[in-house]
Amino acid sequence: MPNGPVTSILMGGVGGQGVILASKILAHVILEHGYDLKISEIHGMAQRGGSVLTHMRFGSEVNSPLIEAGQADYVMASEKLEAWRWLPFLRPQGTMVVNTQEIKPVPVILGVQKYPANIMEAMTALVGRQIGALHAVNALEMATNCGQPKAANVVLCGVLALSLPFPLESYLAALEAAVPQRFLEQNKKAFQAGYYYFPKN
Amino acid sequence: MKKELMSGNEAIARGAFEAGVRFAAAYPGTPSTEILENVALYKEMDAQWSANEKVALEVGIGASLAGSRVLVAMKHVGVNVAADPLLTFAYTGVNGGLVLVAADDPGMHSSQNEQDSRHYARLAKVPMLEPADSQEAKDMVRDALEMSEEFDTPVMLKSSTRISHSQTLVSLGEREDVPVKPYEKNIRKYVMVPAYGRLRHVVVEERMNLLRKFAEQSPLNRIEWRDRKIGVIAAGICYQYVREALPDASVLKLGICHPLPPKLIEEFAAGVDKLYVVEELDPFMEEQIKAMGIAVTGKELFPLIGEISPNIVADKILGQPLTGALEVPGYCDEPVPMRPPVLCPGCTHRSVFYLLRKLKLVVSGDIGCYTLGSLAPLEAMDTCICMGASISAGLGFEKGNPDLKGKVVSVIGDSTFFHSGMTGIADVVYNRGTTVTMILDNRITAMTGHQHHPGTGQTLKGDPTVALDISAICAALGVKRVREADPFNLQELEGVIREEIAVAEPSVIIIRRACTLLDKGPKDKYMINRDACITCGSCMKLGCPVISKNDEIISIDPSLCVGCAVCVQVCKVDAIEKVGGGNA
Repeated sequence: MPNGPVTSILMGGVGGQGVILASKILAHVILEHGYDLKISEIHGMAQRGGSVLTHMRFGSEVNSPLIEAGQADYVMASEKLEAWRWLPFLRPQGTMVVNTQEIKPVPVILGVQKYPANIMEAMTALVGRQIGALHAVNALEMATNCGQPKAANVVLCGVLALSLPFPLESYLAALEAAVPQRFLEQNKKAFQAGYYYFPKN
Repeated sequence: MKKELMSGNEAIARGAFEAGVRFAAAYPGTPSTEILENVALYKEMDAQWSANEKVALEVGIGASLAGSRVLVAMKHVGVNVAADPLLTFAYTGVNGGLVLVAADDPGMHSSQNEQDSRHYARLAKVPMLEPADSQEAKDMVRDALEMSEEFDTPVMLKSSTRISHSQTLVSLGEREDVPVKPYEKNIRKYVMVPAYGRLRHVVVEERMNLLRKFAEQSPLNRIEWRDRKIGVIAAGICYQYVREALPDASVLKLGICHPLPPKLIEEFAAGVDKLYVVEELDPFMEEQIKAMGIAVTGKELFPLIGEISPNIVADKILGQPLTGALEVPGYCDEPVPMRPPVLCPGCTHRSVFYLLRKLKLVVSGDIGCYTLGSLAPLEAMDTCICMGASISAGLGFEKGNPDLKGKVVSVIGDSTFFHSGMTGIADVVYNRGTTVTMILDNRITAMTGHQHHPGTGQTLKGDPTVALDISAICAALGVKRVREADPFNLQELEGVIREEIAVAEPSVIIIRRACTLLDKGPKDKYMINRDACITCGSCMKLGCPVISKNDEIISIDPSLCVGCAVCVQVCKVDAIEKVGGGNA
């Protein structure tokens, strides 16, 4: 059983984006390495295009399933505005993984509110100060190139995996366990597209 | 031992399986829905969606009296519906054990109120267990059933959103074969007329005393001695928050939140310098502890509203939260746009609310996806209280204000109609109302994630069954004007609404089309012809998330359009065209 403190991963997305599969893959890998794990999800209205949020915490022993403001070691956002929304939940020097896709929320569509401009520029300016690392990819485009546009979150999961202490083979095994055979190859490709996008430091 | 990651709801279903439950019933409701969906996966257990929570508990009562171990599940507000049988079932007691799961929703992630279910345990005088993770959720189903049979009482198990929808590790066990107990007729125990009820009330009060003694000794309640400067009493998810925020504090962890164990609490209080109670919502434990004459701090510090968290615990007890938000310069200058839930692209409800707004009618609403018709830009709902209230409250609107007569429409979904809408229709007909009831029949319980109901022709176990006919039911309830309309034909629908509003007698319009998420067939796509579009914004009044306006250009996102063509019908200049197919 590994020792040490609890690692917190916050995953934010939009209903219907498939945040659930990404958390499944990570959970499989984390458990295989003998950690305690707690996942908390808010769903119910998620199918109707609302924000969805998954809290994942792992370590030798986890008490609270919740990640609060300033506590996430990693924020994985499936959409730019969701990255901005959950940015205050990142701990100082934490890692932000973001899909640069833009999905307009209804208040923006209705013209009641504006989609914040320059989110990526604002976050880039924080790197080295508040944010430890910012990994931004166009996950939708990358997943589409792998033949499965629905695998954008799997691409993102691959990007996140590069910063986590688990080997690539564990993730591929998790994909085999979680994804139906007929979608497996595209999902593996999508994961590796994310995994190899940034140089490992 | 094999360990699996399970949500609290999956674990409760597993607990029912392992503890030999033979029958389970529920009406879907967030955050409890997945309990019965998971029970249904075990072939050893019979499981059913009931028409409502009262019916679910009553069927469960029958199954218990007949001799089976039973689980009944519902969300917190469902217990209101089931309260009538619950409070008298507490008198009769059980034969086979019965556990009633009530899932609270502090913070109202998906509910209309945040009532605290623990009061029902006290009101009904039945014990209540409260798990702190999925392992306990599974184990406590067995504990509850054993207590139920030992003390001859229904037992409540309280979950919450954070227990039901959090996944934690669970050790799996085997199923215990619990045979059906023999049924013995016992009129004095099971027929609650006044003479026998008086006898049973004595039993209930004696039972509470025995349960209090049981709670003093039960391993479900335990003291964890650590540093004695701070002592905290907590149950359920709050126990986890306390452990996270105050790892060095002593804790009295209560697995039985009703009845409380006075001696154990006294012992704990005497052993610590300063005593706190951390509980979400009402001061349920706090008030009882104070009534024991024990000094304890609770709601002076902690909120009555919403969820508690480790940061709140640390802040209130230590004077400082564990962490603060990451400091980002300029972050708060502009509010981050919210992403509220919306009616889906192609939702069959959208056109209804568009027309109700257009016709300026008073709309008595109900609980379901269609409650989203109250949000901008549709904003076509005047009230929403509880399941089934639309039809009866609609009648009240015209009874309470003569000016509103002939302007009131009650809107209810198909599942909600079976839940508690039929009695409202009977009331409208019987009391000479003239309201129009619109039944939005999308052939499924959509909001909670597509559960079957008496109108769909399929059971929870997947077996075919009779599909109850809503038109025939309304006719049988005495409604002479029962109409049907297609929500995707705006002109027809508007005509039907206008006709039915005009007549001075009760009428029902059944808006029938399957939930768009169930329709897996090929979809048309529409686009806006920019040359023809005059950007009048008529289509935007539908609030369809697919249609947006950028730099004075209105466009349809082709990746999300599902081709309902409602927007085509509201466009004044025929600027919306089928992709690849010319004018629609």
